[in-house]
Amino acid sequence: MSEKKLMYGNHAIVEGVIAAGCRFFAGYPITPQNEIPEFMSIRMNEIGGVFIQTESEIAAINMLFGAAAAGKRAMTSSSSPGISLMQEGISYIAGADIPVLVVNVIRGGPGLGNIAPAQSDYYQATKGGGHGDYFTITLAPNSAQELYEFPKLAFELAEKYRNPALILADGLLGQMMEPVEFTYKPIDPDTLSEPSYALSGCKGRDRRVVRSYDLKPGKLEEMNWQRLKKYQKIQETEQRFEATDCEDADLIIIAYGTCARVCDAAIRMARSDGHKVGLLRPITLWPFPNNVLAGMSKTVRNFLVVEMNMGQMIDDVKLATECRSKIHFHGRPGGGVPTPPEIYEKIQAILGGAR
Amino acid sequence: MKQLFGRPNGLTDVLQRYCPGCGHGIVHRIIGDLLIKLNIRECTVGIAPVGCSVFADEYFNCDMIQPPHGRGPAVSTGIKRARPDCIVFSYQGDGDLAAIGTAEIVHAAARNENITIVFINNAIFGMTGGQLAPTTLPGMKSTTSVQGRDIKKQGYPIKVCELLAGLDGPYYLVRTAVNTPKNVINTEKALKNAFVNQIENKGFSMVEILSMCPTNWGMTPVQSKKWVDDTMMKYYPLGEYRNRAKEEK
Ligand SMILES: Cc1ncc(C[n+]2csc(CCOP(=O)(O)OP(=O)(O)O)c2C)c(N)n1
Ligand code: SF4
Repeated sequence: MSEKKLMYGNHAIVEGVIAAGCRFFAGYPITPQNEIPEFMSIRMNEIGGVFIQTESEIAAINMLFGAAAAGKRAMTSSSSPGISLMQEGISYIAGADIPVLVVNVIRGGPGLGNIAPAQSDYYQATKGGGHGDYFTITLAPNSAQELYEFPKLAFELAEKYRNPALILADGLLGQMMEPVEFTYKPIDPDTLSEPSYALSGCKGRDRRVVRSYDLKPGKLEEMNWQRLKKYQKIQETEQRFEATDCEDADLIIIAYGTCARVCDAAIRMARSDGHKVGLLRPITLWPFPNNVLAGMSKTVRNFLVVEMNMGQMIDDVKLATECRSKIHFHGRPGGGVPTPPEIYEKIQAILGGAR
Repeated sequence: MKQLFGRPNGLTDVLQRYCPGCGHGIVHRIIGDLLIKLNIRECTVGIAPVGCSVFADEYFNCDMIQPPHGRGPAVSTGIKRARPDCIVFSYQGDGDLAAIGTAEIVHAAARNENITIVFINNAIFGMTGGQLAPTTLPGMKSTTSVQGRDIKKQGYPIKVCELLAGLDGPYYLVRTAVNTPKNVINTEKALKNAFVNQIENKGFSMVEILSMCPTNWGMTPVQSKKWVDDTMMKYYPLGEYRNRAKEEK
């Protein structure tokens, strides 16, 4: 069996990023993700990687643009206001088809908001986020284990499709201590091959250009149609989810990240009282797991969407289920975290009280 | 017959779309030459700004990247740290470097990042049609200061060399011009130093180049060259503002 260690979620990300062969981090401090740059600065120093505390999140995302365009695995982490500042850069990176990893440990918003856990950046993460037509691959871990494993997955998907990837966490996941099993052999960055777009000096080859613009008439439209094909391919092949107790369910809860943990406890309460309740946990928020939901909506009459926001993912659930089922909602915006009894109450209200 | 003058291999074989009398083309030519003379073309990554010289990514015959407006120094930092063996230069206008990108240039300089900055100061926003730049001179007309820059309303221009010279970080800061043959030769010397410093791992070098924009100054190319001498240089004196190589001697 592989080694197991008790770790903070935010530290698990750092180990996951390093095990994924990433040796470049640039970022600006913001709560509740400060443990990531702090621990990263120590680890990168130990292994000879690059750690830069930047003057802003704008600088951070653009340093990533440079490092990733140079063909190296590069990541940054921040929390909501910082991620907002990065959006222009993410748009350029998406427009230049360059893979990077951005971790958003979401906090309550809008504005300065608060530092409590939240999921209110769902729209921003899954609908592009910045200007222009584009999408970012978005993963939603719900444990320290997944915080360790998803950086590798995120880099692999990002590189396979040449697209930015996001990991959405929140302060609760980041500050929670859980056992982490080091499930894979750390990747030696020197064994990663140089990507076809990498800027490395044009010795022995044609020069390369990384850019997101084309002013020739019709050319940008053509590029965007081309990129749509990539997005369709991602949507066809990369939908990921976890279904718990869904086979016989009268009601299926849809929740991700911290909310999924809370809902998992709630469905166990409901099951022990004889209610047939299941949980569908989207792991990829983009691509959203439409296919499984579309299938479920043919037999399941009630879905309950639980989010730490005013209701954002619910739009995707409605689209996926095409209004065949009833979609209920329970949300806690502004840094509120739902409790299992609170969700169980909602379950009872939908199913018509305890049996 | 022996060819005495031609396009250096540091520039691509495409027609450059700059206006007649524009300073960008002159500076491109100097850099194109240096990429060959210093034998660095094949290990160089250049950064094109957002501005009239956005097309620099087509013009320089080396690997190029085109990042968001003003972020060249951050992108350069990323490339240089990821690939220390590459020579990295960021080519920027005054809107790009001294307005929207002020934070990035100041911090790259403070870190003494081992990169080369080519800063074209033409005292105006060229690409967007002649609006006020942070470097527009007091009294100078622009499309957003049609009566002339009023320092009471629009404040004072930013003198970038002087500003960065207030930092301990930067290794080399110099201001030159490209309005006369003599000044072009001095600009070539300065740019050569700025690249050699990087090759020798000395750190941050910036060459600020006073450059003509006849189109948005509303002048002929000849008038604009004279205007650089008569007016611009009075506000922006040429010379070295930092040269650690000399201090080290
Ligand atoms: C975020 C953002 N804001 C504004 C612009 C519009 N814009 C393009 S170029 C430019 C100014 C260019 O002026 P300068 O840097 O002086 O270069 P020049 O064209 O004079 O060479 C501006 C404001 C932009 N592309 N992106
Ligand atoms: S507008 Fe000015 S800076 Fe732009 S190409 Fe013309 S002369 Fe040069």
